[in-house]
Amino acid sequence: MLRALLKSREMLLIGAIALLLAIISTRFPAFVAPSNLADVFNDTSPLILLAIGQMIVILTKCIDLSVAANLALTGMVVATINVIAPGVPVVVILLVAVALGALLGMFNGVLVWKLGIPPIVVTLGTMTIFRGLVFLLSDGKWVNSHEMSAAFKAFPRTELLGLPVLSWIAIIAVLIFAIVMTRTTLGRAFYAAGGNPHAATYAGIDVGRTQFWAFTISGGLAGLTGYLWVARYAVAYVDIAGGFELDVVAACVIGGVSIMGGIGSVGGALLGALFLGVIKNALPVVNISPFWQLAISGGAIIIAVALNAQASRTKGRIILKDAEHAS
Amino acid sequence: MSITDRTIPDRLQSPLERRLKSWESLLLLVAIAIFVANSFATPYFLNAWNLSDATFNFTEKAMIAFAMALLIISGEIDLSVASIIALASTAMGAAVQFGVDTPGLVLIGLGVGVLCGAFNGLLVTGLGLPSIVVTIGTMSLFRGISYIVLGDQAYRGYPPDFAFFGQGYVYWVISFEFVLFALIALIYAVILHKTNFGRAVYAIGNNATGALFSGIRVGRVKFILFLLTGLMSGVAAICLTSRLGSTRPSIAFGWELEIVTMVVLGGVSILGGSGTIPGVVIAAFVMGLVTFGLGLLNVPGIVMSIVIGALLISVIALPQLWHRWRR
Repeated sequence: MLRALLKSREMLLIGAIALLLAIISTRFPAFVAPSNLADVFNDTSPLILLAIGQMIVILTKCIDLSVAANLALTGMVVATINVIAPGVPVVVILLVAVALGALLGMFNGVLVWKLGIPPIVVTLGTMTIFRGLVFLLSDGKWVNSHEMSAAFKAFPRTELLGLPVLSWIAIIAVLIFAIVMTRTTLGRAFYAAGGNPHAATYAGIDVGRTQFWAFTISGGLAGLTGYLWVARYAVAYVDIAGGFELDVVAACVIGGVSIMGGIGSVGGALLGALFLGVIKNALPVVNISPFWQLAISGGAIIIAVALNAQASRTKGRIILKDAEHAS
Repeated sequence: MSITDRTIPDRLQSPLERRLKSWESLLLLVAIAIFVANSFATPYFLNAWNLSDATFNFTEKAMIAFAMALLIISGEIDLSVASIIALASTAMGAAVQFGVDTPGLVLIGLGVGVLCGAFNGLLVTGLGLPSIVVTIGTMSLFRGISYIVLGDQAYRGYPPDFAFFGQGYVYWVISFEFVLFALIALIYAVILHKTNFGRAVYAIGNNATGALFSGIRVGRVKFILFLLTGLMSGVAAICLTSRLGSTRPSIAFGWELEIVTMVVLGGVSILGGSGTIPGVVIAAFVMGLVTFGLGLLNVPGIVMSIVIGALLISVIALPQLWHRWRR
């Protein structure tokens, strides 16, 4: 039991993150100060939120490349609402953001569920459509800090018990989804639908509908993050979070989520996101140009997916060689 | 897979009837319709030089699309093609700074393309990793390297005779790029439709395990397809760099989407196993005409991307809806 725990992907990642922090702290002790680590966590919170949603989607053998565009569109919509009607309370804004995000996710989900279009094609398409809609909505203009109301901007930055609300939302999301994934029928259905769709069908699980809910959750989280992102950085424009979907997928793959579906955990997604977050925040500290980040994310994805494949390689005698990876 | 009812027809369709009802004929009809609509929409459309300019919208992308079509028919995908263009272009730009002449630049462009393709191919066939994750990783990695090298700078100063590839004309309004495009289309059509290798690609896409047992070297064929895709990205990098006359790390950003759209629009099944080169050729014209027509009507690029995204989803969704409606 203990040995299995020590060898698990989560422990490996915790070890890797600790090692990374240790190396940085030898030259820059200030980086590992609790207040700075809290800042790093806060900075990584949007990635954590999106990685949880993406993990669920990947569990069901799908992929959602539209999350960053969904985030940008929802962010622009709530920012526009705020400009037109500054009096709208933050609670309503939050509800609108989650609902709109979930609706966009449902659009992906319906196309995958009802029309059987491969998820990669659907979300590549909606990625550009959502991004384009941001442009149509904003006419290419920025919504700047001075146009947003104080309450709108303050919400994610308000400190509660020493941590900003943004961090608390990430923590709560991790806890909720850790319970949902392990203790509810829907959570187990995600694993079943991705692990073995045929068996899941015979067990009475509607695989398509499960995928639909995965996309809905991913979309809802992206919408929530859209508001938090726009409010935190106090700016909304067409290209916010451009290319962020790759970081999200990277966080999942690093966190041990198998792209073949059925394998992954909320803890893994959290640690994968933190791993990338630590690297991203450490680069300027150790004086490496931020231009390195893209290549590092890419390298991390490739190394992580190679490690995943090694770990999950079936042991035992192969009597019938299979040319396909999985089918 | 659900069990579907199949009826056996009294007689087979005649070859002519089958050809008339094919996806390619439908697409050709769409292309003609767009051509006519364009010439009514704007008086600037029907002009030999304008039409010649319009071909630049798709020639470079189509060169990659042919290789990508083979790759997708075999059941794999390469999302890193646009990043290969960026890396190859950066390598050529760097070589210019050391005074390399035009033949040297071409060799470097092609060489980098082939190396990137080999890297993808090795990871997919050698380690048995899923191509979609691998190439999402290398998509960040390759472009990331360009960003590390260039940052926010640009390479210029290409030799004057290097401009021929992207700006030269062979005869009157017939550009060098267009001739190259036609030549490459012909070569790929022969490879896919007239050689053993082409049959092997179809066989692998329909049933990789079956192909393996019938003596096809599945891994090697796939590796060669990745090499070809890399090579064509190198060719496209040479043409694009020559046409623009400068290299930035953001060069060809987002092209992978348009290339995959072009392939899918051309009737290639995203699940592998079917598709033709003539279909991709017509799809290239359709996309080129759409973007050029919208451009003449002063539609901004990002709005065009909505059209492309919607096109991608609808070309796959419509046949599905059509089947459902007929049943």
